[in-house]
Amino acid sequence: MTSDGVSVRLANCARTFTDGTRALKGCDLVIESGETIVLLGPSGCGKTTLLRIIAGLDFPDPGGHVCFDERDVTELPVEKRGVGMVFQSYALFPNMDVAQNIAYGLTVRRIAGAERDRRVTDMLAMMRIEELRHRRIDQLSGGQRQRVALARAIAARPKVLLLDEPLTALDARLRDELRLEIDQLLRTLGITAIYVTHDQTEAMALADRVVVMNQGQIEQTGTPRQIYETPATAFVTAFIGTMNQLSGNVSAGFLTVGSNRIAVDAPDGPAALLFRPEDLRLSAEADAHFTATVTSCLYFGDHLRLTLNVGSEQSLIARLAPREQIAIGQRVGCVITSSQIQTDIRPRSGV
Amino acid sequence: MTQEPADRSIQRGPGRGITFWLQLLITVLLCVFLILPVMMSLLAGFTANYLEGWSSGLTTAWLIKVLAEYHASIALSLQVAFACLACNLLIGVPAAYALFRSPSRASRVIEELLVMPVAVPGLATALALIVTFGGWGEWRQSWLFILIGHVLFTLPFMVRSVLAVMSSIDLAALEEAARSLGANFWQRMVYVVLPNSAGGIVAGSLMVVTLSLGEFNMTLLLHTPLTKTLPVGLADAYASLRLEVGSAYTVIFFVLIVPLLIALQRVNGRSR
Repeated sequence: MTSDGVSVRLANCARTFTDGTRALKGCDLVIESGETIVLLGPSGCGKTTLLRIIAGLDFPDPGGHVCFDERDVTELPVEKRGVGMVFQSYALFPNMDVAQNIAYGLTVRRIAGAERDRRVTDMLAMMRIEELRHRRIDQLSGGQRQRVALARAIAARPKVLLLDEPLTALDARLRDELRLEIDQLLRTLGITAIYVTHDQTEAMALADRVVVMNQGQIEQTGTPRQIYETPATAFVTAFIGTMNQLSGNVSAGFLTVGSNRIAVDAPDGPAALLFRPEDLRLSAEADAHFTATVTSCLYFGDHLRLTLNVGSEQSLIARLAPREQIAIGQRVGCVITSSQIQTDIRPRSGV
Repeated sequence: MTQEPADRSIQRGPGRGITFWLQLLITVLLCVFLILPVMMSLLAGFTANYLEGWSSGLTTAWLIKVLAEYHASIALSLQVAFACLACNLLIGVPAAYALFRSPSRASRVIEELLVMPVAVPGLATALALIVTFGGWGEWRQSWLFILIGHVLFTLPFMVRSVLAVMSSIDLAALEEAARSLGANFWQRMVYVVLPNSAGGIVAGSLMVVTLSLGEFNMTLLLHTPLTKTLPVGLADAYASLRLEVGSAYTVIFFVLIVPLLIALQRVNGRSR
């Protein structure tokens, strides 16, 4: 079963609350039909407000526009937009059983009888919860509620599916499992999906494109790989994953950090070398880019997490294969396998 | 998995100390103090001659006498109580919903003001009604005049009861979910808002009927000889007739009110 998604276009969408708070500052965003977009950011960054504006539960300040395909839906309230929504609290109707919850969107659209029953049965099968058909909502576990909420949202075949932190209330193992299921579901349906989360693992796993937001603004839009490998702003760098930073002065092609001199491709002046914990490996001192002292070594089973002191005030984080035998206080040679050089050093904001 | 010790013996508490017996004594004394007068009063309603005591024999004659003489009062009380309930359902439930939906400061003030008729003595409210409407002869003499007083007095209980349930179930999120599924205002009302607020509406209704049936303060001033409710009649009976009549009257009042109180307890117990 596939639904035909629509493209969603947001133009200059700002939102100022009645108390004067600017939750959103003029956002522009184009979401392709069938695409899965994840709005990612810390709490209070405006991602939920943006989702509610797309849903029609909230409206942009004058001058902002929301379009589904070519149609301007800015003035249309949620009940007329044909969207499906999954809420963080699930918001299942406690006065109805599972089947009635799923059928609700069909009931209010006056789809009745055999057609309604057939579609509810399809939904139950798709979510693999056939045995729950006549259960009451308060007899369901968190994961089951989540599945019912999803089924209810897609039963009426919405053009756009909106998910507001749907996995936040679940425990870690269930979250992983449902994340996979949601991913498969969205790909099967081919529906346009907009997913809000503050969890970057979730964002990376689900998104075709991630929209990183901060303080009511879009910081960067890109594929998970682009966001992780080439963060566009200082905020994205600090927010996504862990980024090591070696700052110092470049002269004649060498960056000086503490007692180390690292060859870099940069003009003279202040600069910072940025790299991920997994882009550092240990080597013999002769081949090393620089040397460091191990200050802590944590064993996680599937990897080792090292803290290294290079003689400057910033320590570095390294993620290594768990087989390495390393002692605290040991002097190690380090090779950076992939890095970025930043030369326009500004005071960093946010973090 | 930790293993429970298999031979866990039944633990006995320490011997019952002096505090236990003291608490029991106080509880029993309180019960006797509270319940005994009620029991005596009820029994008096079935005693042929209370001054002679039970040796004079048990009879239902008093009960029949009260029903014969006061059936109009009893009927009026029920009429007022159910009319009052109808008004509360028509005004109180929508009012609670409106207060729940409105985030403005004004609605919080109204919520507080709603307690006023409860805080102000019933006599004062009644006097205010009489001062305002006393000159409107027909209106002053009709049972609707009492109804107005009862609605004023009971409305806050209905509104608060419904409002409490609406707030506790996160009705706002449920409504947003219903809207996202395409439900218009009436579809949300019928399928989501009312069914999920039913606990509060039922509890509020029982409360309203109970309060209206037992209301005395206001009704004493608002009634006319032709519009006498059950509690007012009861006061009359105790003041001017034989004790047995008043007691028989109390029996009838209990028969009406106790099932309501028990139902109220049940409903509140279930919603918790």
